[in-house]
Amino acid sequence: MTVTSGPAGSSPHGILAPSAPGSPNDSSESVVRLEGVSKTYPSEPPVDALKDVSFTVHEGELVGIVGPSGSGKTTLLHLMGTLDRPTKGTVWLTGLEVGKLSDAELSALRAGRIGFIFQQFFLAEHQSVLDNVADGLLYTAVPLSERRDAAARALESVGLGAKLSSLPTKLSGGQRQRVAIARALVGSPAVVLADEPTGNLDQATGASILELFHELNEAGATIVVITHDRAVAAWMGRIIQVLDGRVVSDGPAGEWKRATGA
Amino acid sequence: MNPSLAPARLRARDLLRLSSIGIRTRKLRAGLSALGIAIGVAAIVAVLGLSSSSQAGLLAEINRLGTNLLTVTNGQTLFGQTAELPTDAPGMIGRIGPVTSVQYTGSVSNANAYKSPFVPSIDTNALSVDATSLGLPADIGTTLSQGVFLNAATQDEPICVLGAAAAQRLGIDKVFQGERIWVGGMWFYVVGVLNQAVLTSEIDSSVLIGFPAAEKYFNFDGNPSEIYVRTVDSAPQVNAVDSVLAATANPESPNEVDVSQPSDALVAEADAKAALNSLFLGLGAVSLLVGAVGVANIMVISVLERRSEIGLRRALGATKGHIRAQFMSEAILLSLLGGAVGVLAGAASTAVYASSKGWEVVVPPLAWGGGFGAAIVIGAVAGLMPALRAARMSPKDALWSV
Repeated sequence: MTVTSGPAGSSPHGILAPSAPGSPNDSSESVVRLEGVSKTYPSEPPVDALKDVSFTVHEGELVGIVGPSGSGKTTLLHLMGTLDRPTKGTVWLTGLEVGKLSDAELSALRAGRIGFIFQQFFLAEHQSVLDNVADGLLYTAVPLSERRDAAARALESVGLGAKLSSLPTKLSGGQRQRVAIARALVGSPAVVLADEPTGNLDQATGASILELFHELNEAGATIVVITHDRAVAAWMGRIIQVLDGRVVSDGPAGEWKRATGA
Repeated sequence: MNPSLAPARLRARDLLRLSSIGIRTRKLRAGLSALGIAIGVAAIVAVLGLSSSSQAGLLAEINRLGTNLLTVTNGQTLFGQTAELPTDAPGMIGRIGPVTSVQYTGSVSNANAYKSPFVPSIDTNALSVDATSLGLPADIGTTLSQGVFLNAATQDEPICVLGAAAAQRLGIDKVFQGERIWVGGMWFYVVGVLNQAVLTSEIDSSVLIGFPAAEKYFNFDGNPSEIYVRTVDSAPQVNAVDSVLAATANPESPNEVDVSQPSDALVAEADAKAALNSLFLGLGAVSLLVGAVGVANIMVISVLERRSEIGLRRALGATKGHIRAQFMSEAILLSLLGGAVGVLAGAASTAVYASSKGWEVVVPPLAWGGGFGAAIVIGAVAGLMPALRAARMSPKDALWSV
């Protein structure tokens, strides 16, 4: 089955409601939208990782999802990244209802519209930086030469234009994370999901990565950063605070800073 | 405006690159796990190649000796006694159109051959004394290894020529002047030794003397017991001669004549060599099985070790099918590698052995094609389970469990 989607609000399935009131960019398109989402893991006893979570991420936002470990942030990332399905509620990605798509369609959705950044970088040590980034487009039917061209541009944009043929093992931690960021960005996805992107980096390097997120966001990328680190959260434009599987606050970073004294 | 959500097909080149990751990054492990398959394929290719090569060697020998030799032997009478061929049988056979040459021997049954008079008469060494016509060696496809054959001047003298086995059993490896043996109670001088007569092995254990000598010294009746007939070298002509030979040799009682084509026995032997050495094939098959288990084992380990890679690929947009294809083709590539090494090793050992024997080197397409085919099948079978496991892996578990 082939599913195409129109812009938000004009979905052919009519599944898109207007953006939730109170979100910072009501006028722009919703990229990720959760509506009454719950996730229960069927262990003994069952674990309610998320309880009735709703929010919308709009195009061009830089969102931080903050919470202590065990609060449900990673589950939230799985659901936003279509790597898992909610027990209850609905997730839309670029206007497409995730629950209605098959596993193969979700794969294609991830290939074209979602970029992932992980704490552990997950780079292939045996291939060059350029090919690592080019592999971000491997499952999108783009020929190798075009993949490499796009990878070179993406590496340029994260400041690694001079390291194209290096192996990841020859790079510093911060450089490796930049490679991973380039890989996430190479297909110009609708949203970039970053899971503790500075978790394996020292403070100065982490700050430079956050600075890069800022620049990329200003250049138009929609980025969601998941972190337990308040210092990281302070860099974000909007902060969704999660605790025990619930959203406890959602608003511009300024409000959150004032409220928490960060 | 959004692109469709049909998953992209992997290009062949990308799939090849993906499937070689495991092999390129863990060369020693890949090599060792492909070794079982290499050994199995090598064993099978070598067995098939060696039997084909030895068959080719035998067929070449048959070709050299010719398939146009027919032998006429005295058979048995209705009462079970040894029949005799008429003395003029060779002459009558010689007048059959397609016959090109007729030679014959007569068994001198009342004479035995010994190294010396002191050998007990019971130690005959299973040698026979035969009277022979003068053109025998060329007719039966053999040559003299030493000395000369009987000729018109020597055929009525006490002079003999030994078959290859006869010379060996009498302990004569070189013909000296004055070399003699004790035949039927008198000395016979040895003037020549024949090479092995492949088509007519009865000549090998014969002590050959002239017909006139046999008649003179042993009261031989002159009846031939074996007639060697060469015909025009074409199968229909050979068959035509074959069908009239018995009646021509003994018109009175053709049923007392045995006609045979000696090359038939060699052709049958060649066919028997093609019947494969099942023991070694069985060993090869067992080795292939062990190799398959090795590849499956390595693939299972590889899938477990590469959980995070699998998770990452799923996150990058790989479908279950993409993951399955990657690991499946890795297993096939691995065993194909083993298969290629095995085919080369098997062909090389065939070449070495066959050329040491002077045979033509034959590695039948069944052997190398079968070797590659078996490798592909084994890879597919061994890779199936690990590939399915890899594809079933939940991407989030694969990524967040490390």
